[in-house]
Amino acid sequence: MAEDRGTPLVELNDISISFGGIKAVDHVSVDLYPGEVVGLLGHNGAGKSTLIKCLSGAYQKDSGEIRIRGQKVEINNPRDARAHNIETIYQTLALADNLDAASNLFLGREITTATGLVDDAAMEAETRKIMARLNPNFRKFSSPVSALSGGQRQSVAIARAVYFNAKILIMDEPTAALGPQETQMVAELIQELKRQGLGIFLIDHDVHQVKALCDRAAVMKNGKLVGVVNVDEVSTDDILAMIIAGKKPEHLAA
Amino acid sequence: MTDTAHAPADAPRKRSLLETLEVDTRLLGMIGAFIVLCLIFNFVTDGRFLTARNIFNLTIQTVSVAIMATGMVFIIVTRHIDLSVGSLLATCSAFMAMAQTVWLPNALGLELGSAAIAPLAIILGLIVGALIGAFHGWLVGYLTIPAFIVTLGGLLVWRNAAWYLTNGQTIGPLDETYNLFGGTNGTLGPTWSWIFGIAAAIAAVAILFSSRRNKVSHEFPVKPLWAEVSLAAIVVAAILGFIAILNSYEVPTARLERLFEARGEVMPEGFTTGYGLPISVLLLIIVAIVMTVVAQRTRLGRYIFATGGNPDAADLSGINTRLLTVKIFALMGFLCALSAVVASARLTFHSNDIGTLDELRVIAAAVIGGTALSGGIGTIYGAILGALIMQSLQSGMAMVGVDAPFQNIVVGSVLVIAVLIDIIYRKRTGAH
Ligand SMILES: Nc1ncnc2c1ncn2[C@@H]1O[C@H](COP(=O)(O)OP(=O)(O)OP(=O)(O)O)[C@@H](O)[C@H]1O
Ligand SMILES: [Mg+2]
Repeated sequence: MAEDRGTPLVELNDISISFGGIKAVDHVSVDLYPGEVVGLLGHNGAGKSTLIKCLSGAYQKDSGEIRIRGQKVEINNPRDARAHNIETIYQTLALADNLDAASNLFLGREITTATGLVDDAAMEAETRKIMARLNPNFRKFSSPVSALSGGQRQSVAIARAVYFNAKILIMDEPTAALGPQETQMVAELIQELKRQGLGIFLIDHDVHQVKALCDRAAVMKNGKLVGVVNVDEVSTDDILAMIIAGKKPEHLAA
Repeated sequence: MTDTAHAPADAPRKRSLLETLEVDTRLLGMIGAFIVLCLIFNFVTDGRFLTARNIFNLTIQTVSVAIMATGMVFIIVTRHIDLSVGSLLATCSAFMAMAQTVWLPNALGLELGSAAIAPLAIILGLIVGALIGAFHGWLVGYLTIPAFIVTLGGLLVWRNAAWYLTNGQTIGPLDETYNLFGGTNGTLGPTWSWIFGIAAAIAAVAILFSSRRNKVSHEFPVKPLWAEVSLAAIVVAAILGFIAILNSYEVPTARLERLFEARGEVMPEGFTTGYGLPISVLLLIIVAIVMTVVAQRTRLGRYIFATGGNPDAADLSGINTRLLTVKIFALMGFLCALSAVVASARLTFHSNDIGTLDELRVIAAAVIGGTALSGGIGTIYGAILGALIMQSLQSGMAMVGVDAPFQNIVVGSVLVIAVLIDIIYRKRTGAH
């Protein structure tokens, strides 16, 4: 079924990376098509974050290859990833606590005036616009993000990832700290971005959420890929079984 | 989520007066402490502390440490430290002294006192300072040796490299143009000081109101107009008052006579004039403005503070934090060289012990000025005010006749207490 969709947006082929003796990611291959959401699932420490960090440039893989639109690419640092329109929401959020929301949103890509100085007013205005869509209750534009709640911080990280017209979006547990209303808004956002043709990797421990939002789910266990399934063809119990037992369900294991 | 969805953006709670005025309470506290300190010394010395003469001396004594303290803010904000600044100052001073008295005259056949000597020596010195700083930054950023170790090594290396440059000799007298940066030997005089003061006052008011206009155009909250106007009035009064004081410190008659004689003229009967703004203080003001703009308005400054707040986040945002480290230390080295010009010009010679213990004064100035050793927080004006407080304390105690050992005990204690107060203040206000 994958053949009739043309070239994948992202191909992670045979990726491995280890820390000391631990094989955090062990020969994992996953791909992602435009307009598709692929869920990454697995127990704590399965290697999900490590895998996507190889794509976002935070880590350098030990072996394997990354292809974007069929082209083999080298991603050695986060700048390379951004150059390929890859945006990431990290599990740790990666915010500078001492700076305000606007400075964090534009960090590394500041709006500057004609004289080359940073234009804080313009950046704050843009931040107000995007936050109005993501979290309308958000008010603390001039406080450092250390003064924000966990969910507000997460909104800032999400805003940063979606503001810059990403083609490939990586979301590592983006709604872990969000309230129900905000989680719903992020779900709607994901569906809208999907319609716009973005490819999204979504790491989430909530199997129901994955069933609802994703087209396919990739399950990892102890650094290895258990399998990739179309979410329509499996039940939540099947997915849970894959996560816990580390085996593909009988009826799919062909 | 609190239910504020329907409240207008900026009205939901009553704001205190200080909040409305957006006053930096920490800065206010420091200025208050400084004023109290001055008044106490003035009382104890029967009014000798707050004379034009002493204020003039205080400002020129503060310059060298204050210039380096602005660079130390960036170093500490990025969670590093530089223990080598005093030694680096000595090496730059030795280099520039040798350049103007020996190397340039020998290499280019220039006489000491010829117009090109001072600029050439200073430019070479600034380059040397920046290169040594960049080298420190490379060791810290790319080879990941802790800054504490790199600059502790540098403390020993550069102090003694300076010794080898001059064979341990005192080098002087230095070039006259060069000595203009020392303070007493180079002042603007009353007329130019007034011109500078008025220009500065106009610029300050213009900046205040253009930033207000910018906020209004984006429909952000602004403080009430009366508050803005009073703030502008205070700033203008402070600038012009400072100039008036410096102008009222009169050049001694004997010295004036010598100046006229040197120009081949006779001094008119009863002629007097004030010193006005020292060139070294003008230099500090320029450094302060440039460094503040860098800190608040440039990408470099934004990256420095982001890296200090969360180095991983800075990295993941695509900031080249290694190169950033090199830039920050190079800037520190450049400022050490600039301070070396001021320090040696003030003495009119280079001596081996120049800048000894400056690393401690500079770090103390930055820390008293509110730079947090945990990184991410600090201001340029705070560091300069910190340097001024340290210098006032030292000069005041000397004036009162406190023994030198006890002076050091007081300065050391003040540093510790200042940091304690800062910790308590930050806890109270909830800032980190
Ligand atoms: N920088 C690192 N240094 C050493 N070990 C690491 C590093 N990063 C990850 N690991 C190890 O790699 C393994 C996978 O970690 P990873 O963060 O990818 O898990 P995860 O699937 O994202 O888990 P979680 O659901 O808890 O977020 C773990 O055993 C972890 O300890
Ligand atoms: Mg993870």
